[in-house]
Amino acid sequence: MIEVQHLCKTFRVARRGAGFGQALHSLFRKDYAEIRALDDVSFSIQEGEMVGYIGPNGAGKSSTIKILSGILVPDSGSCIINGRVPWQDRISHVREIGVVFGQRTQLWWDVPVLDSYELLRDIYEVPEVVYQENLEEFTDLLNLSELLKTPVRQLSLGQRMRCEIAASLLHNPKILFLDEPTIGLDAVSKLAVRKFILKRNQFHHTTVILTTHDMQDIEALTKRIILIGRGKILLDGTLEDIPGSHGNMEQAMADLYRDYGI
Amino acid sequence: MGLQYRAAALAGISTQAFWGGMEILMFCAFYRADPSAFPMSLESTSAYVWLQQAFLALFMGWVMENEIFESIQNGNIAYELCRPIGLYRMLFVRSLAYRLSRTVLRCFPILLIAAFLPSPYGISLPPTPAAGMLFLPGMALGLFVSVAFTMLIYSLAFFTISPAGIRMVALSALEILSGSILPIPFFPKGMRRVLEILPFAAMQNVPLRIYSGDISGYEAIRALSLQAFWLVVLVGTGVILMNRASKKVTLQGG
Repeated sequence: MIEVQHLCKTFRVARRGAGFGQALHSLFRKDYAEIRALDDVSFSIQEGEMVGYIGPNGAGKSSTIKILSGILVPDSGSCIINGRVPWQDRISHVREIGVVFGQRTQLWWDVPVLDSYELLRDIYEVPEVVYQENLEEFTDLLNLSELLKTPVRQLSLGQRMRCEIAASLLHNPKILFLDEPTIGLDAVSKLAVRKFILKRNQFHHTTVILTTHDMQDIEALTKRIILIGRGKILLDGTLEDIPGSHGNMEQAMADLYRDYGI
Repeated sequence: MGLQYRAAALAGISTQAFWGGMEILMFCAFYRADPSAFPMSLESTSAYVWLQQAFLALFMGWVMENEIFESIQNGNIAYELCRPIGLYRMLFVRSLAYRLSRTVLRCFPILLIAAFLPSPYGISLPPTPAAGMLFLPGMALGLFVSVAFTMLIYSLAFFTISPAGIRMVALSALEILSGSILPIPFFPKGMRRVLEILPFAAMQNVPLRIYSGDISGYEAIRALSLQAFWLVVLVGTGVILMNRASKKVTLQGG
């Protein structure tokens, strides 16, 4: 159960013009711009829901996810997840969540995938039986058998993403945060990943929060959408609430962003 | 990771064996010039040099993982914060593993070479069983103190955009003050006394000198206690710093 109320977060970003003169000037006086990444964000998500968290680049999606994961502290507002405040009870909170940040890797670069998995098993204290069961299931569904013994640095992006998604679920988290999980995947892999996540949600009631620009992922996986733009929640409903969603999804989204001025 | 790359291990062994040999030649030259001015016996000095080379990865302050610095800079460290383990503990154990895995492959060949060299250029067993027994806790403490120090550098990396400057300064200071360029007994008397109390001496200087009997008995116990003291101080400071760092700092990247 995720309960978010009035979250606010502002970042100070140094700004300066290009050129030598500006660089010199900034040595003496730094100009800062205040970016309101999150502006009074509120929503609640029930257990077992699959939610698409969408918005244009820079809208505040990553900031929200970081706060929900407990690694960023908001300036104000409250957030309760399964009875805990993420950034205060970080360790016990984090035990129950899984994250996949699309552009980053959580696997150890030089060693085979299996070594990373075993390390994760130890860190999360997953019972051996559960670990083996999950490993077998994931290997089968995501086609990992040839990848497990390969060092991560020798995997292609698509192969690595499949391994990452499996890694994030080894400890049976209650909530899964997916940030661009199908980026770089070919059609076959994308379908396999979507099927995999759907199955997870079906059998384990894992709450899934999906942040992506791939509208087909959203269509395939989520019923509910939360749209964020310039730090504000603009829409909290279903895909049907977006005008033009039965046609070209990308065009519908572009029109939507334009209508909201984001 | 140290066990994964064999060519690197072989390269390390040959480099360090060679380096050890050169250092000993240099000390011999000094010894011949004036044996009375030598603060340690030639045997002790040779043992010091060979042990230093064999266990280079264990004690050296500059053995820090670029990967960790990169992950702090580009925000990958976010993943470490998503684990149910304190960040300090995670990085500490990781650093220990990094050093141990690199040492395990390289130390035996080097010690073997040194064992076969004629005395006083090589290394032999410690002069008394007490020296041998005190050597091991000294080594362990030295390793922990070295890692605790690198943890401070990692913590500071959270606060700056680029840790290159801190690393450079720390490295240079460390090399001199911990007795890796010149064993501490060789320093002028005043400096020597100061250096022996600083945490840097706790890293390798103490265990290496215990081995060869240069420090023994009551003095050795005192040195070990000083190591333990510095360990507590460095770990305490490191934990506080790192907690501050991971809470306050904005993770770079999206």
